[in-house]
Amino acid sequence: MTSATLVSGFGLILVFTALVALLAKPFGLWLFAIYEGRQTPLHRVLGPVERGFYRLAGVNPDQEQNWRQYALHLMLFQVATVVFTYAILRLQGVLPMNPRGLPGISPDGAMNTAIAFVTNTNWQWYAGETVLSNLSQMVGLTLHNFLSAATGIAVAFALFRGFARAQTSNLGNFWADCTRITLYVLLPACVVYALYLVASGVPQTFASLVNATTLEGAHQAIVVGPVASQEAIKMLGTNGGGFFNANSAHPFENPTALVDFVQMLSIFALGAGLTYTFGKAVGNTRQGWAILWAMLLLFVAGASIVWWREAAGNPMLHHLGVMGANMEGKEVRFGAAASALFATVTTAASCGAVNAMHDSFTALGGMIPLFNMQLGEIVIGGVGSGIYGFLLFAVLAVFLAGLMVGRTPEYVGKKIEAREVKLAVLAIVILPLCILGLTAVAVVLPAGLAGPLAKGPHGFSEILYAFTSATANNGSAFAGLTAGTPFYNGLLGVAMWLGRFLVVIPVLAIAGSLAARKQTPAGPGSFPTTGGLWIGLLVATILIVGGLTFLPSLALGPVADHLTGAANLLY
Amino acid sequence: MTSAINRELVAALRPSLVMTGLFAGLLGLAYPAAITGIAQVAFPWAANGSLVTEHGQVIGSDLIGQGFASPRYFHGRPSAAGSAGYDASASAGSNLAPSSQALHDRVAGAVKDIAATSPGSPVPPDLVTTSASGLDPHISPEAAFFQVDRVAAARGLPRETVRALVTAQVEQPLLGLLGEPRVNVLRLNRALDEATVSRAQGH
Repeated sequence: MTSATLVSGFGLILVFTALVALLAKPFGLWLFAIYEGRQTPLHRVLGPVERGFYRLAGVNPDQEQNWRQYALHLMLFQVATVVFTYAILRLQGVLPMNPRGLPGISPDGAMNTAIAFVTNTNWQWYAGETVLSNLSQMVGLTLHNFLSAATGIAVAFALFRGFARAQTSNLGNFWADCTRITLYVLLPACVVYALYLVASGVPQTFASLVNATTLEGAHQAIVVGPVASQEAIKMLGTNGGGFFNANSAHPFENPTALVDFVQMLSIFALGAGLTYTFGKAVGNTRQGWAILWAMLLLFVAGASIVWWREAAGNPMLHHLGVMGANMEGKEVRFGAAASALFATVTTAASCGAVNAMHDSFTALGGMIPLFNMQLGEIVIGGVGSGIYGFLLFAVLAVFLAGLMVGRTPEYVGKKIEAREVKLAVLAIVILPLCILGLTAVAVVLPAGLAGPLAKGPHGFSEILYAFTSATANNGSAFAGLTAGTPFYNGLLGVAMWLGRFLVVIPVLAIAGSLAARKQTPAGPGSFPTTGGLWIGLLVATILIVGGLTFLPSLALGPVADHLTGAANLLY
Repeated sequence: MTSAINRELVAALRPSLVMTGLFAGLLGLAYPAAITGIAQVAFPWAANGSLVTEHGQVIGSDLIGQGFASPRYFHGRPSAAGSAGYDASASAGSNLAPSSQALHDRVAGAVKDIAATSPGSPVPPDLVTTSASGLDPHISPEAAFFQVDRVAAARGLPRETVRALVTAQVEQPLLGLLGEPRVNVLRLNRALDEATVSRAQGH
């Protein structure tokens, strides 16, 4: 690995980060228009669809909901769509658009997948191209890719209103938020994006299989399908569930280095935009920028570490004369730098798409994606979930600052009191509780120990990664783990459900309690929540509160893996 | 309290069910169908898998790697897709950890095999590691040049001719930043076949 290569990798990280910062405002303004319920040019085309949906569903979009109503309608909708997808997957064998005659999915598998997609996790215990029909991919899964993203943004909108409004219980209308985000943001963006992907080589056909005879005369069965339409929302909605087993490493999902770069930008686009939307909503865009800078600081640090380790390569292979970057589980068209960057992006956001196999990353290169998820994916984060997760840390940070100076904490014009802090801690604690608790269960039971491919500390990392990914609703994997068993399907399903909704519900409760409070204009004694001091406090709170809990588990997994590797131990 | 929740649950029931159906129709059927319709008209080659045909027969996809074992062809990377590798209906990486004995042994074996046919050091890393998809259509230019002597000898072609074919197939990173220098193995091998045929015909 030459130093020029190393530098150009860091250059790639910085160029990417700068572009994300540039995208924040345009996407943020677009989302702000929807947040406010303003008319956009798209309303002329899609307005009738919106009104038709309300009429058929019996929804009055102007009827405001309090936090309990908002949460209840949201939850019932989730349950309805889970049941719908469960049914589609179970009945796949008798439903149309199944030219290869694939059978229905097992009960535990279908349950796991339905939860995975409704929670924006898109954990995949199966290989898409060998298990799912085109109908299951489209109707069963693409549906959720849109709706789970829209739901995440809707929850973020409700929380923004909690900060922005005063002395009211009204947080907006869930159905209006969900429908408008889908129709005026996600769908039009995906139409354009999907067509770009097809033009770049991503297939889009209702056919399923092409038979080829290779140059050497062998038979090659090539699976195709409606890939581009799913790929677009998979990235933009930070879902991450691939059409193919290899996900965005598959040449049909991610054919070129440029598409790869666009995919990474599209994972971050809406999440970064929402920081700007938040600033607009609370009437001070500097509040939004402060959040974005804190996020990008953590991001650049993480991406740099991954690239530094992957560039160094696998020391175990050096004595065989195999030098250079770690290319096991990576594609040549992207190279190690763009693979390191992608791994950081996809776990900083709650995307979970991969363009390289994280399981084959170096010990420390694979630790950063794991750590990103353990922080709760608040570095840009998933669409909606990233910003509301981050705001939980902001609530905690002002509380800590308040303790230090002995004043009632305030944030963007709202006093933060015991109730909000308790709820924020509840939402933050669910992550270590599920991740560490369920990992502990798995490593003492034979059914859990049957999972890992790797032996030694890396085997532990594979299990830890699975429960981290599920609870944090990421969906990427150390894929050596055999997860398609009733044990893992069940436990990971529980982790995904709790990890999503035991955060969503406290967030909505916080929104409700903040909305009821009156505005407190910032005085001379208020702790400023813009500027360098605040950004430093935020980053420190995130690393200490979010990160410290997981340090022992990281020591047992990736750190031990790294140290035994340095001692040339193979497993 | 409880009755208020019950009332709200009833109120939420109809929109939950109806919206599920409506969105399934719009996002699960109409959207992919519309994209398919436009794609099939505007970009038919790409939309159907960038298929490469010879004499009316599909020989593969421009984007999907295929297995090469003969010394007469340039070889792609080792593949973990399917039992025989390069199974384009079962994409997969090896998922072996750097600390894995199995990975170490596999790479050691690959290095030994390669040293027997194409002596030279150092071994390009991509030539002895499996890709993420198992369908990587590319190898690095180093990995291609590494195989020139073997291919030239097997085909009875001058080394310079084969080397020039590789050089012509090298693609550079976009704007010097995106991606790595690379060679599409299927394209290179087709160019090689063409060069061999035209040489045999005395051009």
